[in-house]
Amino acid sequence: MCPVSKFKDAEHLIRLVGAFVVGFAIFLLLRAYFVPKSFGEYGHYRGAALAELSSKPISYAGHQACEDCHADVLQAKKAGKHAGVNCEACHGPLARHAEDPASVVPQLPDTAVLCARCHEENIAKPKAFPQVVSKQHSGGKVCKSCHVPHSPLLQPGGKQS
Amino acid sequence: MITRRKLLVLLPAAAFAWKFVLAGTPEMAPNYNRSEHWWGMLLDIDKCIGCGNCVRACALENNVPEGYFRTWVERYHVSDWHQESPQVESPNGGKDGFSPGAAVGGKNFFVPKMCNHCADSPCTQVCPVGATFHTPDGVVLVDETYCLGCRYCIQACPYGCRFLHPVSRTAQKCSLCYHRITKGLTTACCESCPSGARQLADLKNPADPIHEFLKTHSVQVLKPHLATGAKAYYHDLDASVR
Repeated sequence: MCPVSKFKDAEHLIRLVGAFVVGFAIFLLLRAYFVPKSFGEYGHYRGAALAELSSKPISYAGHQACEDCHADVLQAKKAGKHAGVNCEACHGPLARHAEDPASVVPQLPDTAVLCARCHEENIAKPKAFPQVVSKQHSGGKVCKSCHVPHSPLLQPGGKQS
Repeated sequence: MITRRKLLVLLPAAAFAWKFVLAGTPEMAPNYNRSEHWWGMLLDIDKCIGCGNCVRACALENNVPEGYFRTWVERYHVSDWHQESPQVESPNGGKDGFSPGAAVGGKNFFVPKMCNHCADSPCTQVCPVGATFHTPDGVVLVDETYCLGCRYCIQACPYGCRFLHPVSRTAQKCSLCYHRITKGLTTACCESCPSGARQLADLKNPADPIHEFLKTHSVQVLKPHLATGAKAYYHDLDASVR
């Protein structure tokens, strides 16, 4: 004799087990539907997120891309104090220009604003860093009228103020 | 002939294999092997000039909304007589630069701040859904399509590096320009830093200059007592910096 049938209402137990089985099956189905396929591939997160995040477009092309075409500027920079300053530090993000140099032409930065960002005197700047009070130093003249930005020594004929 | 016994052994193995078939292999940048890198950042306070280039570059590269920052620059003023109470200011995150400041004694310096990409990050531990995670190459990222916007991580970060995006209502933070470093480029902040105060560091690459720097200089991380495994290494860090 089946042990279950010893109970008075054996069919209740069978129904209960059936309900659990159906519930568990629904849970598995919902889980399969809602949990992303790549979840847990590398850890407790969606593995596909890695590829998605790394495939975002770039805005800054990187100095290597600039130097591939502008070797002359690289040479000029190497001789001067701005050798370690990357192109896009001053010229801004130019990935689109690097992709399509003909149709995306970058604008020349305004040296009166640009140079002051780094070289305007500030109490917290390292003391060895060259700083000026631009009003006293140039009296409103743009920096490149005396200095060469790529190699910031004085231009021939430029006067030391 | 497959017996019942063999089938019972094979089924779990097949189920395990099927999981990987379904997951697929995400397409990464060519030649980038995640297991060969362990990313961090070197921040040299002695070189930071507070120009705000990094803040602007980060905002442009990552579409950071106005008024929110993935990286920012603070100016510290530490008086001669009270080391423990520095005056810290960061107007618009240093994006527009700093006022010249008045010489009133004490010392003044800039401190660039960003996500420390902690190896044992509190933000990752508190995320209830696995939307914030450690990548195999040591970067802490946010899966914006999976984030609920519960803000637990924002509260958990001891460095205040996270914010809730005002439009998407998901957590955001520095991604260490994961879309750039996996393509062989440096981060936008490092690319645009004119003084070399920020340097991306690959701690698994023996040829990376970080190793020589770490051997020959004293570096410190922020809030080391929290044991977060921070990987933003500060050179010349003052004790007053929090």
